[in-house]
Amino acid sequence: MGFLSDTFSTALDLIASFDPDVVNAVSTSLGVALWSILFATLAGVPAGVVVGVTEFPGKRAVITLLNTLMALPTVVVGLAVYGIISRQGPLGELGLLFTPKAMVIGQTILAIPIVANYTLGTVKGADPRIVPTALTLGAGPLQSIRQLVQELRFGIMAAVIAGFGRVVAEVGVAMMLGGNIRGYTRTMTTAIAMETGKGEFALGLALGLILMGVALLVNLFLNILQQR
Amino acid sequence: MKSLRGAFLAIIALVVLCSAASAEERLKMSTTTSTQDSGLLRVLLPPFEKENNVKVDVIAVGTGQALKIGEAGDVDVVFVHARKLEDKFVANGFGVNRRDVMYNDFVIIGPKSDPAGIARAKTAAEALRMIAAKGATFISRGDKSGTHVKEKELWQAAGIQPKGSWYIEAGQGMGPVITMATERQAYTLADRGTYNAYKGTKTDLVINFQGEKGLFNAYGVIAVNPKKFPHVKYDLAMKFIDFVTGPAGQKIIAGYKAHGEPVFFIYKK
Repeated sequence: MGFLSDTFSTALDLIASFDPDVVNAVSTSLGVALWSILFATLAGVPAGVVVGVTEFPGKRAVITLLNTLMALPTVVVGLAVYGIISRQGPLGELGLLFTPKAMVIGQTILAIPIVANYTLGTVKGADPRIVPTALTLGAGPLQSIRQLVQELRFGIMAAVIAGFGRVVAEVGVAMMLGGNIRGYTRTMTTAIAMETGKGEFALGLALGLILMGVALLVNLFLNILQQR
Repeated sequence: MKSLRGAFLAIIALVVLCSAASAEERLKMSTTTSTQDSGLLRVLLPPFEKENNVKVDVIAVGTGQALKIGEAGDVDVVFVHARKLEDKFVANGFGVNRRDVMYNDFVIIGPKSDPAGIARAKTAAEALRMIAAKGATFISRGDKSGTHVKEKELWQAAGIQPKGSWYIEAGQGMGPVITMATERQAYTLADRGTYNAYKGTKTDLVINFQGEKGLFNAYGVIAVNPKKFPHVKYDLAMKFIDFVTGPAGQKIIAGYKAHGEPVFFIYKK
């Protein structure tokens, strides 16, 4: 028990003292995850709404594809994006590999299917009369979609939160595309993986505790929004 | 709609807050895990970064992968330890200006009880033969790192193709492998630098075999060839090479100690 309790108290000390390595990893994690979820929301919510309200041939196939993409392994995304943005790849000239931007690209790809799918789910679960009613009341198609999004705002928030949870907790993309560079692309998850391997359990545990704290805060935020 | 918009604005505000821009130049370096895990880079890099107002981005992987990243032109400089691979890297036109930086040696570490009795071995190859004969657990880096390359050379010298349940290929860096060997009470080949940094607090393994000429471990630094990759920061890379091989850098390397013992040695000029 001594080992565990010692580790735990060291972890708390590291958090309380704003250890620069801890602070850096936390801000990199949050910064990259927030950018990713921002882009994923801009792409995923419209995609989910469009697939949800329109009828088109092959809709089932698209939904199956979205479902499959939800389970996309992070390392596969990492591998694919690595190949594209490495200096030898088609976008190599941009020099993106081993930068936070590279991680944002990878994590955005991870989050889009999740955001789109959750949005699609709420759209399907909504009162099917919303759009027709809005239309008969004289609203244009865009206005009626707006009405729908407003009705579904909690579902869409949940979609965004789920996507955020996925990206902030993943390690594959961050490790492969960011390179785990200290003070630059080292995130909470890559630091935990590295510190555990190095036998620095306290630092890893401190980051793990913060990661769980972040998840709690995000959910509290959602909760407060829903009660308004 | 209000709450959704509010949340959206809050997210954007957070994003802006979290992405504090830095205008510093960045030098990308791929290196072996031992330079980072031994703690050397933490004292070696800051003076260089301060003097040149630059950030050195360290990508710590095995030597094999570090060179591969250099071959793709994804870094500006490589800092590794596998002379044959380094020479090939330069001969194939990927790198220029290879310089010796420092050296230490490899050691075979294992449980204090030394179940295979390798302390009695006369050569490293003989020590490995004894481990294999006994079937004592041995953890291999298995990641094409400089240490892994050396280990494979030693098995070859021993005339053994290591395989079986006692031979574990970890596929991880030096630090994680020492941690794994400690948990499994197994033997492994380690560079003295990383081992010294782990000794005592993080591992109870001891050096069972050391001091053979074949266990020499030399580190070299190479600039990625700007003729092959025009985008690399060659001038900055050369400044870094001059720093680590120059008096200031060499002094830091020679003076760096872990648990009171030197970790790397510099060449006498």
